Amino acid sequence: MMPAARAVATAAVLAAGWSMVACQPGTSSARAAPPERYAFGQPATPEQIAAWDIDVKPSGEGLPPGSGTVVQGERIYAQKCAVCHGATGTEGPYDVLVGREPGDSFPFGRQPRLTSTIGNYWPYATTLYDYINRAMPQMEPGSLTAPEVYGLVAWLLWRNEIIAGDAVMDATSLPAVVMPARDRFVRDNRRGGAEIR
Amino acid sequence: MAKRSKPEPSPATPSSPNNPVIPRRALLTGAAGTLGAAILGRAAPAQTPAPQDIPADPTKVPGGPLSEVGSRSAFEQPRRMVQPQALSASSRTPLQDLEGIVTPSDLHFERHHAGVPKVDPRRYRLMIHGMVGRPMNFSLADLKRYPQESRLYFIECSGNGGAGYRNVSPDRTPQQVDGLLSTSEWIGVSLATLFREVGVQSGASWFLAEGMDGAAMTRSIPVAKGMDDALLAYGQNGEALRPEQGYPVRLLLPGWEGNASVKWLRRIELSDAPFMTRQETAKYSDPLPDCTARLFSFEMDAKSTLTFPVYPDVITPGWWEIKGLAWSGRGRITRVEVSTDGGVTWHEAALQEPVLSKCPTRFRFMWSWNGRETVLMSRATDETGYVQPTREQLMQARGQGTRYHFNNIRSWKVAAGGAVTLTE
Repeated sequence: MMPAARAVATAAVLAAGWSMVACQPGTSSARAAPPERYAFGQPATPEQIAAWDIDVKPSGEGLPPGSGTVVQGERIYAQKCAVCHGATGTEGPYDVLVGREPGDSFPFGRQPRLTSTIGNYWPYATTLYDYINRAMPQMEPGSLTAPEVYGLVAWLLWRNEIIAGDAVMDATSLPAVVMPARDRFVRDNRRGGAEIR
Repeated sequence: MAKRSKPEPSPATPSSPNNPVIPRRALLTGAAGTLGAAILGRAAPAQTPAPQDIPADPTKVPGGPLSEVGSRSAFEQPRRMVQPQALSASSRTPLQDLEGIVTPSDLHFERHHAGVPKVDPRRYRLMIHGMVGRPMNFSLADLKRYPQESRLYFIECSGNGGAGYRNVSPDRTPQQVDGLLSTSEWIGVSLATLFREVGVQSGASWFLAEGMDGAAMTRSIPVAKGMDDALLAYGQNGEALRPEQGYPVRLLLPGWEGNASVKWLRRIELSDAPFMTRQETAKYSDPLPDCTARLFSFEMDAKSTLTFPVYPDVITPGWWEIKGLAWSGRGRITRVEVSTDGGVTWHEAALQEPVLSKCPTRFRFMWSWNGRETVLMSRATDETGYVQPTREQLMQARGQGTRYHFNNIRSWKVAAGGAVTLTE
């Protein structure tokens, strides 16, 4: 229901309530107009919010303290990630993580079988931290420490030739990384009507 | 009855010259389960009862007992088609085996990103925080105390229809092409009610919805959708949500691509910008031919598909009712046209009430087949005036490589012998 329609409905109930009160003093409160708030639920404490609020924004907001290097990430990758993504991030069997397009062209709409990777498709480096931290490894999601995630992010960005081999990833350096596909993304312009977009 | 190719009470014989419709679909739905499984790559359903297990005259013997939970007739064995792979996978609704618009809950399609989590409803809480006046937790009982809303909506995976866009193969059923579409009566509380409860701040324009599955599935959603028609659903078709559909509480965004309706919802965070999660950037974005990719392509464009006659049906000359479903993520279906000559001429199909916004509408068209080879198509128009495009039109706009939102017209070839197959 549209907010405007809902406002009209609320006003009608309110008006009905008024006339009832006027004619029949002491009318049951069961017919009272609905309130803006019902005051159900419990306040969320800062501790509860901190425990679940794991998301990381492109600005870097949400990134935790700690840091990781390419060398540290390489070791963790071999232990926990290579089984699904291949020794160098290109072999699979699951998602291929490493690879760039010549000239960083972005021909995915034209070529049906092109494999998208972190290096040729992901627009934000911060998303790597957010996703690995929440969802990987798939059989033990959420089990990595902050330095481990930073290390993995560093190794993946290095393998994709986006950062140098001696770069350190932390809450300051990661949001500053500009991904090759950063400017390839546009907002949805479909609006219904006659045009096929 | 002979029009539909469902298994009949005694379909054990592989072929019947009097009713050639029966054997092929019976083959695929269970009467010859092993072969059907080999073709469709799915688990073989239970065998249909043998004729000797069914009384010749049911009026001459006592019937069966009562039961606490009912079950389908042993002759009816609709099955989801399950991808035999990892935790991030999908199963498809057997559209060609169903009637009406509501999908039985146990046949609702599935798309999970880390499997189906086990959630204890007694320990469940939904936390809403971020740019709100009052960060809050809501138990399931709290949510059920709010004014209840109940509405019929489809959920459709944005990848639905891919098999009707590229590499179109003749041996594809509606389940394989469009089975990532299901419809339920969804029961819950309006998200706008909860937004008023926590006091969404004026600058908040997006919210993050996060699930409690192993992927902690996340999507950024405009607050405007939350204030419009979004639901926090805890009921589905008269009962609690099924675990596969997000028990105990899911987000439900009417008309929008399915993955944004985050299941097993545990957290909503209000913000002034989208969060750019992996799912909404690297995954569910739409590459376009101009070497860009479309972000946040939430709305499902108008679409229709036949559910009869389709592969693997075989029809005989004479009258048949062409049947199908039409739906739009932008509102009501206003018109469905059917072509029985490969798109040369189009005829208005009858729309079955109720015709609801963001909910599939059944359409029907009676047709007398003259026995000559032809192609059947359907074309939907929604209340915005959007007309379902041809495959060529859609490819022109989206490119051959685009990855989601395949709503082009589907075409079904009827061969001279009556065999129906999917075609470009």
